[in-house]
Amino acid sequence: MSTVVQARPESGARRRGRRARSYGGGVGPLGIGVATLWLSIIVLLPLAAVLAKSLEDGPAGLWDAITAPSARAALILTVAISAVVALINVVVGTLIAWVLVRDEFPGKGFVNALIDLPFALPTIVASIVLLSLYGPNSPVDIDLYATRPALVIALLFVTLPFVVRSVQPVLIEVDREAEQAAASLGAGNWTIFRRIVLPALVPALLGGAGLAFARAIGEFGSVVLIGGGIPRETEVASQYIAKQIEIDRPESAAAVSVALLIIAFVVLFALRLAASRTQRHERG
Amino acid sequence: MAISRTTRLSLRTLALGYLFVLVMVPLGLILYRTFEDGLGAFWEQVTTPASISAIQMSLLIVAIVVPLNVIFGLVTAIALARGNFPGRGLLQAVVDLPFAVSPVVVGVSLVLLWGVRGWFGGLAEAGIQIIFSLPGMVLATIFVTLPFVVREVEPVLHEIGDDQEEAAATLGARRWQTFWRITLPSIRWGLAYGVVLTVARALGEFGAVLVVSGNVPGESQTLTLLVHARYIDDHNVFGAYAASTVLMFLALVALFLMTILNRKREDA
Repeated sequence: MSTVVQARPESGARRRGRRARSYGGGVGPLGIGVATLWLSIIVLLPLAAVLAKSLEDGPAGLWDAITAPSARAALILTVAISAVVALINVVVGTLIAWVLVRDEFPGKGFVNALIDLPFALPTIVASIVLLSLYGPNSPVDIDLYATRPALVIALLFVTLPFVVRSVQPVLIEVDREAEQAAASLGAGNWTIFRRIVLPALVPALLGGAGLAFARAIGEFGSVVLIGGGIPRETEVASQYIAKQIEIDRPESAAAVSVALLIIAFVVLFALRLAASRTQRHERG
Repeated sequence: MAISRTTRLSLRTLALGYLFVLVMVPLGLILYRTFEDGLGAFWEQVTTPASISAIQMSLLIVAIVVPLNVIFGLVTAIALARGNFPGRGLLQAVVDLPFAVSPVVVGVSLVLLWGVRGWFGGLAEAGIQIIFSLPGMVLATIFVTLPFVVREVEPVLHEIGDDQEEAAATLGARRWQTFWRITLPSIRWGLAYGVVLTVARALGEFGAVLVVSGNVPGESQTLTLLVHARYIDDHNVFGAYAASTVLMFLALVALFLMTILNRKREDA
């Protein structure tokens, strides 16, 4: 959507001048006010309340709550597992996207539709579904209940679409002539992939992996049943926060919430920065 | 790339094998477990009083959230696409914010704002209970679904431009007329797509709703909360599978609608 805006800056500015007289900016000042009020009440005020609560005892109090042993363990585990999940997604997501774009086989349309299922499926259902196969009642005797591999599987399930869906369109657009030229010059497949295809995929891979990571650090529903939530073992940050609210320690819940928010913002901001840098690189 | 048949086949096997183990087998297993004792057993679990009330609760939340998201989402999308005002960039960022916030954090933030000891705790003391009741669950669902309508409609508004809207205004159409006759017909598929995403997410939301709901069976329990409660509290694994299957079916309907709407949008 932002590319559309950037694509016609002059005409936009010209139109805006005219519209100010004739059409009043679509919804007018009242509409802008309504939108701002709506977003403030629904999104900004609640988040402000979390921030205020976490700082009730000053920055030192916030730091203490985040570095309390089980809070720190939950945060480190969450970030580590999410990083592993993002990495696996980079490899497998590229593979799946490649197969969906460059390979032909019966039922490809079905497989393509299957990729979006984890987005549509409620997370608690994902948890139940995975638990039926990888839990105590597993028909194949793989009981991963309350282990870290179970967390990885649950997060891989819910983050499946991110990398596949960001790499797929790029792979369709990629310049095949360059690949053919390289092949005719005697380059092997691996060399062609590494030197020609992969560089074109890097921005999409970074974007997909970043979104998967951001989703994974906040994920709750899909890990709540299969993860077991054992403190300092399999308890992820979101489970820790939910528990703090349950035992009525809102300050500590707010502190870890703020930590999660900051991590997510840093990752998404870094992504936006990287994306704009590669765009400039391509144009220059 | 001229890829040998063996490489091609092994890459395909790897990719499909991964999807098979991660998605297909678990989903198939749930369906099998749900229906292995026949449709009757499934139907019994889906029509218990707690289950019916959970389905009604979920639908009620959808019925409240969708119109609100459509109205305010359209106003926000039009303001962002057509307006030129200070703070527009900030508003853009706030719309995307819910995507970056963990569902549990959403719940916590609402408790800290609307709860008894929160900023608006006065409301609770005055007898208007928000948290641990329906309004809190609605607020949580609106928070997580807020970006969908805006983000599906805004790009369409940019794409169609405002030439027709201006022409209508020049010809004397009032703002409402212009909206109903010109703007709404051109954004209808984008809007419909946003609504489907909103409904799917609203039915499926768990973490945010769990934190702010009283989670009382038959009173303040949605379908997702019912799945959780049956599995954890009642140890009714089969009942949890049955309720999950209902949700899975709704997700498949949403996915189907998304595919159709995508085609409509591309044709339009």
